[in-house]
Amino acid sequence: MDTLIAQLQRQFRDYTISLYHQGFLDDQFTELKKLQDECSPDFVAEVVTLFFEDCEKLISNMARALDQTGNVDFKLVGSSVHQLKGSSSSVGAKRVKGLCVTLKECCDSQNYEGCVRCLQQVDIEYKTLKAKLQDLFNLEQQIVQAGGRIPQVDI
Amino acid sequence: MTRNQIAEELPNLAESKLTALVVDDSFVNQTIHQKLLNRLGIENDVVTNGKEAVDVYCSGRNYDLILMDMDMPIMNGIQATKRLREMGIESKIAGVTTRANEGEKKEFMEAGLNDFQEKPLTISKLLSILHKLNFYVQT
Repeated sequence: MDTLIAQLQRQFRDYTISLYHQGFLDDQFTELKKLQDECSPDFVAEVVTLFFEDCEKLISNMARALDQTGNVDFKLVGSSVHQLKGSSSSVGAKRVKGLCVTLKECCDSQNYEGCVRCLQQVDIEYKTLKAKLQDLFNLEQQIVQAGGRIPQVDI
Repeated sequence: MTRNQIAEELPNLAESKLTALVVDDSFVNQTIHQKLLNRLGIENDVVTNGKEAVDVYCSGRNYDLILMDMDMPIMNGIQATKRLREMGIESKIAGVTTRANEGEKKEFMEAGLNDFQEKPLTISKLLSILHKLNFYVQT
């Protein structure tokens, strides 16, 4: 019979794999995990927190710019989405990054409707990722609290 | 990579006491780049744009390596690299940017870079920069 730790470890492994397979995360997230060590045991959580703060700030900037109907500063939207694309790429947030690419294209062609639609999708996507990563970190905590080790997951 | 694997790649790194300056306006990238450098035992500082990088050098500080982002407010990476070279600064400068089209890369290189890597940086990309810039060679 599986111990609690083994069950939690299996859940953690399966959940991690699903996040990669469903395209939420890519190799760069794996690179971040490699950097986590005894000196900085919460490194990944710290970096993704900064990323989600970026998301909130930049999405808000873009929404405000797009609200100025008839006088939209597409250059500002473009530079904000460029920044967001950069940080999503840096943390391995694959779907968010993909949507940023689409949003940048809408911005470059000054497609207002496209920008508004895409920005809404970016907002939904980063919030979805945030919730999923929170679940993942909670699983890690449960494993540690039960006295187990967090398994290395090979994707 | 484990510390032992890294030490094999850069045998004299432990005694190298290399220093680096991270120039990037993104907190996410600053954190990652600093962690990468720390992992390799490279002492480092961070500034948030090209002007701050120039100011740091004007204040008399010096670094073996600069990791220079391209897009930054106030003074971007191209402008900062040109300015540092005009000042006679010989630190190795590695441009790190998400912009990868040949024209932009050329413009950045011509500003005075020693090397160029596409973001996001990883341990192996940073090792590649260090190898290229001969930091592991002890003469």
